[in-house]
Amino acid sequence: MDPVLLDIQNLDVSFVKPEKSAHALRGMDLTIESGEIHALVGESGSGKTVTSMGIMGLIPMPPGRINAGRIVFKGTDLTGLSQAKMRKIRGRQIGMVFQEPARYFNPSLKIGEQIVEMLMLHLGLDKKKAIDQALSFLDVAGMVRSRRVLNSYPHELSGGMKQRAMIAMAICCHPALLIADEPTTALDVTLQRQILQLIRDLKKQFDMGILFISHNLGIVREIADRISVIYAGRIVESAPLNAFFDHTRHPYTRALLRSIPSAKKRGQRLQAISGQVPDAENIPPGCSFHPRCRQAETVCRREMPPTISYGNGHQAACHMIDAHE
Amino acid sequence: MIRVIPGDPALTVAGVDASESDIAAIRAKLGTDKPLAAQYGQWLLDVFRFDFGHSLTSGRPVTQLILERFPLTLSLAVLGIILSVLIAIPLGVISAVQRWSFWDYLGMLFSQAGMAIPSFWLGILLLLLLSIKYRVFPLFGSGSFSHLVLPSVSLGIARAAVLLRLTRASMIEELSREYIITARAKGLTERMVNYKHALKNALLPVITIAGIQLGYMLGGAIIIEQVFSLPGLGRLFLFAVYQRDFPLIQGGVVFVAFVFSFINFSVDLLYSLLNPRIRIT
Repeated sequence: MDPVLLDIQNLDVSFVKPEKSAHALRGMDLTIESGEIHALVGESGSGKTVTSMGIMGLIPMPPGRINAGRIVFKGTDLTGLSQAKMRKIRGRQIGMVFQEPARYFNPSLKIGEQIVEMLMLHLGLDKKKAIDQALSFLDVAGMVRSRRVLNSYPHELSGGMKQRAMIAMAICCHPALLIADEPTTALDVTLQRQILQLIRDLKKQFDMGILFISHNLGIVREIADRISVIYAGRIVESAPLNAFFDHTRHPYTRALLRSIPSAKKRGQRLQAISGQVPDAENIPPGCSFHPRCRQAETVCRREMPPTISYGNGHQAACHMIDAHE
Repeated sequence: MIRVIPGDPALTVAGVDASESDIAAIRAKLGTDKPLAAQYGQWLLDVFRFDFGHSLTSGRPVTQLILERFPLTLSLAVLGIILSVLIAIPLGVISAVQRWSFWDYLGMLFSQAGMAIPSFWLGILLLLLLSIKYRVFPLFGSGSFSHLVLPSVSLGIARAAVLLRLTRASMIEELSREYIITARAKGLTERMVNYKHALKNALLPVITIAGIQLGYMLGGAIIIEQVFSLPGLGRLFLFAVYQRDFPLIQGGVVFVAFVFSFINFSVDLLYSLLNPRIRIT
């Protein structure tokens, strides 16, 4: 079997409105293999959520528009599928976990009902079997007293329990791919660890490919097998975990790593990256990072840097890499 | 307040050609010669014994008069609200789900018209058309269901117009919530997303407002009762005011306030059944 589960090629998405248009993804590439956690890292507004919505076929069109590119999942290009066909993939083949479980659960339906309706729809289970399967997945998600959780409304559960329930719901139909969009951002640090551990365990247990979206490199370091950094709708660097941290190539990634607080850097001033992510409505020409880059030269202002492979699955897009190596 | 309005209740009771001493005697009997505070105190004491006094014009107990008229007003209000809910919720939901479609424009047109047209005018039109021209419904009187149809339609249309807008707005708001993205990401059909996930949450504010409207209607629909010459609470209270029948007015105010509070309380109970977040466990 082809190990590549999801292959996003040159995806280009924009949001066009009469008064303005935003270029959210500009030729984005990403591959995920089964049993791999691929972390997609970027600042707010860099295109992380558009990517996950694009995979799910949930970009509202209009105003959204896929200008180019393919999203190949298990050999099928999802961008060409009808909504009816996408519905058979959503939830069934691709599960999704969201950032704030409190807002992403329906407040007036019981947790059990929200899981069971999915099992009945996708797997054609009868109500009793669906309840059994929901219970077993709540157990898998590390829920004690799963029967009580099943009969609870979302507001009756704590934040950590809600996120476990959300994960149970996302994986209850044995999806091949799980998209986790900042699943730990709304949780406190202790819970973050537990949820990360759970996601690691699930990857092993079900051999799922996982797209882990985050803005926090500290968390990504603990969980990812491969990391891609997205900036202004393009992947600027992608590498396996160790190479990413040990042989960082792109100036943006280096700047990001410098800005992670850690015990070693205690007492030092944290190095923030000056400036802001460019607005998707007016992205600078050439390398989109050049206005904030310390190494930028004339060529960076003029030409978009090509993505170059440096071996061992390490890629980066920067004109200056050879110059400063 | 009622006492400050010009017009002496004693004059009404006594008639135009009564003598000075007769009027004074009646005032003494009614207690209107005492200071206002004392009158109010006496009335409060009576109310606590469920004694609202007797009507000045008919001499019958106020409670009895109100209870006689109440069934008609109740059935009118209930029919009106059922009708408006039946019109407003389906149309509002369709409008929200298929925004800017033909059905949405139709719904909005209906809602604009319903809010703009005064219900008495609609009532008169309906009477002209369906009672005089085509004689489908009776022109006057009360007592049967067919007498209630036109008045409750005229009442219901205006309420439906308001409820329709509310349903549409509420539904549109719920459809923009995050849990709708979850529902779609689960692969549910649009039908399930709309009618199972969004509608349940969208109906909460609609039920509250419908309940408040029911409360208002139970106080009597003065104008509609006038148009259709129905002997409901509205007309009872209207004539009470004309004739300075203050025990009846006061009794009416207390009754309406009580009914209104009762309806609001029931709506709150219903609300907790529908909205698990405020359920007391």
